[in-house]
Amino acid sequence: MTQNTAAAAKLVSSGKAASTHEPRFIDMAERYGLIVALAILVVVFSILRPETFFTWSNLSTILGSQAVLVVITLGLIVPLTANDFDVSIAYVMTLSAMMVALLNGQDGWPIGLAVLAALAMGIAVGAVNAFFITTFRIHSLVVTLGTGTFLHGLTLYVSDSMTISGISDGLMNWVIVDRLLGIPLEFYYALLLCILVWYVFEFTAIGRQMLFVGRGREVARLSGINTDRVRRGCLVVSSFMGALAGVLYAGTQGAADPVSGVSYLLPAFAAAFLGSTSITPGRFNAWGSAIAVYFLVVGITGLVFMGGSSFVQDMFYGGALVLAVTLSQLVRGREEQQF
Amino acid sequence: MTAPALEFSGLSKTFGGQQALRAVDLTVAAGEVHGLLGQNGSGKSTLIKILAGFHSPDPGATLRIAGQNVTLPLPPGGVRPFGVAFVHQHLGLIPPVTVLENLLLTRLSGRGGIARPWAINWARERSAARRLFERYGLDIDPNAPVARLSSVERALVAIVRAVEEIGAGHTRSGQGLLVLDEPTPFLPRIDVDRLFTLVRRVVANGASAIFVSHDVDEVLEITDRATVLRDGQVAGVMTTAGATRDTVVGMIVGRQLKPGASRPAATRGDPASVTITGLTGGHVRDISLSLRSGEVVGLTGLLGSGYEQVPYLVYGALQAQSGTLNLGSERMNLAALTPAAAIKAGLVLIPGDRPVAGGVGALPIVDNMTLPALASRFRPFLLRRRAMLASSRALGDRFGVVPNRPLLPLALLSGGNQQKVILAKWLQLSPKLILLDEPTQGVDVGARQTVYQAIRDAADAGACVLCASSDAEQLAEICDRVVVLGRGRIAAELTPPALSKHAITVCCYGLAA
Repeated sequence: MTQNTAAAAKLVSSGKAASTHEPRFIDMAERYGLIVALAILVVVFSILRPETFFTWSNLSTILGSQAVLVVITLGLIVPLTANDFDVSIAYVMTLSAMMVALLNGQDGWPIGLAVLAALAMGIAVGAVNAFFITTFRIHSLVVTLGTGTFLHGLTLYVSDSMTISGISDGLMNWVIVDRLLGIPLEFYYALLLCILVWYVFEFTAIGRQMLFVGRGREVARLSGINTDRVRRGCLVVSSFMGALAGVLYAGTQGAADPVSGVSYLLPAFAAAFLGSTSITPGRFNAWGSAIAVYFLVVGITGLVFMGGSSFVQDMFYGGALVLAVTLSQLVRGREEQQF
Repeated sequence: MTAPALEFSGLSKTFGGQQALRAVDLTVAAGEVHGLLGQNGSGKSTLIKILAGFHSPDPGATLRIAGQNVTLPLPPGGVRPFGVAFVHQHLGLIPPVTVLENLLLTRLSGRGGIARPWAINWARERSAARRLFERYGLDIDPNAPVARLSSVERALVAIVRAVEEIGAGHTRSGQGLLVLDEPTPFLPRIDVDRLFTLVRRVVANGASAIFVSHDVDEVLEITDRATVLRDGQVAGVMTTAGATRDTVVGMIVGRQLKPGASRPAATRGDPASVTITGLTGGHVRDISLSLRSGEVVGLTGLLGSGYEQVPYLVYGALQAQSGTLNLGSERMNLAALTPAAAIKAGLVLIPGDRPVAGGVGALPIVDNMTLPALASRFRPFLLRRRAMLASSRALGDRFGVVPNRPLLPLALLSGGNQQKVILAKWLQLSPKLILLDEPTQGVDVGARQTVYQAIRDAADAGACVLCASSDAEQLAEICDRVVVLGRGRIAAELTPPALSKHAITVCCYGLAA
């Protein structure tokens, strides 16, 4: 998008019909407002709680531990761009973490094999979602709500509703223990994924096709795009990324519990919509999503440091989701969203 | 003598300086079926919309219903209490719910329309509906979902419902008036007869009807008298029993004409470079067409003739049941064609519904323009934004897009400039066959010439062009040949010197049977 911005700036500065263009300040404010808001939030909490919030250990923990949420959010924006919802993604994550714990920690599979099995499960779930959504023309929200709840039950069943531990240290080392520049490695995995999603969205034909499938499905169809294939691909990718998040989660905790992953769903949606209001306003985008995740997490961490209890989290994320969707709708110019 | 069922006098309507209706008088006698005829833009639908309360007429008009003065303008639906009910072409039925629920729909929505709305007695309503259908000799199950009815049965249900509405309202006036606004264009002949039988029964019970249609033969068959509108004025009122089709068509198009239209002209020497054979699908039945390289062929017909579906069927956007397309040496089965395969073979489609099918208004011009060329013109795994912008700007220059700023969202352009963007999007592929649907819909007069020129240039470069349009003037201007469809089949073909706006219109009406 930087090229886009540069080109826009060049066009305006060359004076070519610049009169009808929006003032550049508003453009810039929209693009980078979220980053500024994030900075302000960090400063405010640092002033209020300098001894606990503004410490390197706290900040590096936030950067590292929230990588799971970044991966889920990046997974979500893939089908969202094609105008499909995947609410099963958090349940895929939980089951994936549980599979790693059971296969590696309990049954003694090599960790690599356990991880591969978990990722394969993610692809399979995505394929099932895609099959029902595109073959029977059922709304993605309904299908993934169903499959997600099914997976939730499955996770409870295979784990006997217990937390399973004993995951090999190898995975933990690779995810959270080893650090680069003081930040756990999983942060860099999320960063790599962010670059990958950004690249696909911005610099590939398939990224453009996804965008048109989401924003004008009939236009896409008449332009020769196989809209069903694009949607299927997006849904498989999101489930795969959910499974990847599960692997990271298992590595972060060294164990898997059957319920807590579910709490990632709402923040991920909130971050996806909030992210679509910045960097590339009006579109779901990778960098906006990542920044939105950290904005929400800094907000919630700060509130907890200020003495808020756990109910604050639900209120904050719930409120943030509605506000974020409202904002994204305003940015899109109230264009009808086809939910 | 009973007062007329409806009497409009001195009815005018101006839309931004443009007079859609000029001092129109319309009288519908009690107990008659009155036809209302005219071309697109003659003022028919404006008149109906004024009656329905969607438009306000210019001051000075009067309306009397069954002898009662009615104040104009009417609020939407305000004419209902006077016993006037409408059946529009889209019928206003909800397909997934039952016939009975559809029958009750208008009563359920209005206050006091149904006894005890908090405890509906379905058994009683059901038997009432059965008796109602029996009275009109219809065998329709009130419990069946409307979706399961044939299209004529749906129209019959809509008419019965409208008649019931009159029954509820006619206490204030005479016997009621049924307005049938183009109810027949998609019905086969045999079903039209069933519909007419019902209309006759309704009228025999004392009501009157206005029958709005394009179809001269149907109007001659069902109506007692008819009013013809042309350019917003009454071109004539006649007793249908004494009228012939030629006099009616003459009145519609504005001049007496010789019977019979020209037959398909002999093809010239050049070999056909595109051949469509036996195309069937949608409303279209067994159409065969040949186009020579550089030729612009128009497709037209009345509402319901299916002409507007041909481009979509040929492109694979609407699934055809059968048909083949020969393009140079390639031979394609139209029943299995997809848009992707069509594009690959050298076809492009410029759709009529621009905001839904042509381009995405919220996305920038550059993304809309480059979409079909991403894989062929750019590196699909390393798109260079700068190259895309340059390509989009060059195309914008070539097609005269104003302002030519690729980053502007498409929706910010005028209709004409949006259409230029869509033309650029497709013509950059150097297609062999260009399919157009209403290429200048919503395009201002100034931009029209640019659009025509772009089409002409593409044809001169060797493409075949097939253009579906309802605008006879436009077809006469841009086409080398015009094919007229009637009831899904090719009814006539016009070539110069017989090709004119007038001849096209006459052909549409003259061959509507």
